[in-house]
Amino acid sequence: MEDHEYGLHRLHSLLGVIPIGLFLIVHLTVNYQATKGADAFNHAASAMESLPYLLFLELIMIYLPILFHAVFGVYIAFTAKNNVGNFSFFRNWMFVFQRFSGLFLVIFLAWHLWQTRIAMALGTPLNYELMVHALSNPGIVIFYLVGILCAVYHFSNGLWAFCVHWGILVSPKSQRIGTYVSLVIFVLLSYVGIRALFAFI
Amino acid sequence: MSEESRPKSIQLIITRQDGPDAPPYKETFEVPYRPNMNVISALMAIRRNPVTAGGKKTSPPQWEMNCLEEVCGACSMVINGRPRQACTALIDKLEKPIRLEPMGTFPIVRDLIVDRSRMFDALKQVKAWIPIDGTYDLGPGPRMAESKRQWAYELSKCMTCGVCLEACPNVNSKSDFMGPAPLSQVRLFNAHPTGAMNKAERLHAIMGPGGIAGCGNSQNCVQVCPKGIPLTTSIAVLNRATVGQSFRDFFGSDNM
Repeated sequence: MEDHEYGLHRLHSLLGVIPIGLFLIVHLTVNYQATKGADAFNHAASAMESLPYLLFLELIMIYLPILFHAVFGVYIAFTAKNNVGNFSFFRNWMFVFQRFSGLFLVIFLAWHLWQTRIAMALGTPLNYELMVHALSNPGIVIFYLVGILCAVYHFSNGLWAFCVHWGILVSPKSQRIGTYVSLVIFVLLSYVGIRALFAFI
Repeated sequence: MSEESRPKSIQLIITRQDGPDAPPYKETFEVPYRPNMNVISALMAIRRNPVTAGGKKTSPPQWEMNCLEEVCGACSMVINGRPRQACTALIDKLEKPIRLEPMGTFPIVRDLIVDRSRMFDALKQVKAWIPIDGTYDLGPGPRMAESKRQWAYELSKCMTCGVCLEACPNVNSKSDFMGPAPLSQVRLFNAHPTGAMNKAERLHAIMGPGGIAGCGNSQNCVQVCPKGIPLTTSIAVLNRATVGQSFRDFFGSDNM
């Protein structure tokens, strides 16, 4: 694997934004329809389900990229020796959060996929009712809340890291402004994600 | 500091190790205070009288030093949790008791002495030099713009002290990442008009094992570098350069 280290890291970085990051935005936007009522959400969800060759699209755009990103990401997370104790700089904290949020997301997404997409494949219709039922347990609400915040953080900070790793943000000034932009993206997407979550409760 | 507020003595807690494979242990020393002491002079005082604070006679703790003016990098050690040079660590400015540890990212030789060979191996791996040897006089090389020389000079201040590697969370026994210092040297030598003739070779080296992909952007390096080298900017510049290089390699252009 060593010979392909550079390519694998850059692929990991790219897949996090395209398609995974884009999918996250689409997903949270569909969820946000729930704030307009059950019908609006069901309509938006069925519009997604009515896409042609859905399983193929899901496989290429979602499952395979996430699977690779998760496996390689866990490897990256476990090769770091976190040291925020002695070096409590802002970027070092972001570095640690990126790794912890990623590890949590592996667990969260496995659960989330089981509760929604796999349930749907096994015959339960994926609609507003399913989520209302799932979120009737306050423990699951907290689990989802943390999951959404981790996903949004991992994406916002990962977008910044993508821009650095691909040589877009080079000067210290552009990296600093990039940090502010990623912070704004984090706040806005968190708002979308959390409002949508509470629309099911 | 006024005469009265001066401490009579200062306490140092040193993490020691008798050999590369020996277990580490801590020893506390009490050193008589003198004005303007630094960590080196405190270690020298211990060497003159190697007795612990508990009165036990012990071997003098070993450390490395050379220039004593923060340009050689030999006396790097972890002082109160931060890697830095012992020569510029002034006793008056340090929290007491002073804790000294070796830079654990590197193989420990003895006490505070570490083996920084991996950095010199990395410099060889990335070809951090300009090849001008030949069988005939190559004549004068191309000129370097003054504006470029000014920032390139900052990069040349690197003394391979190892502080950036010690602070980097991705430089450890589980990874083969070479660390920020050798990467920044690639930017330095690629910036040189003659060095730029071998640009692609150096970029290929850092796209290989232990190279730039190991950087996780914690950006600790730029915070701790004693010479203020813009290490993260160097890495970002090389990120752009390696992306360009990989496109040129894959689609084919100037090197085909």
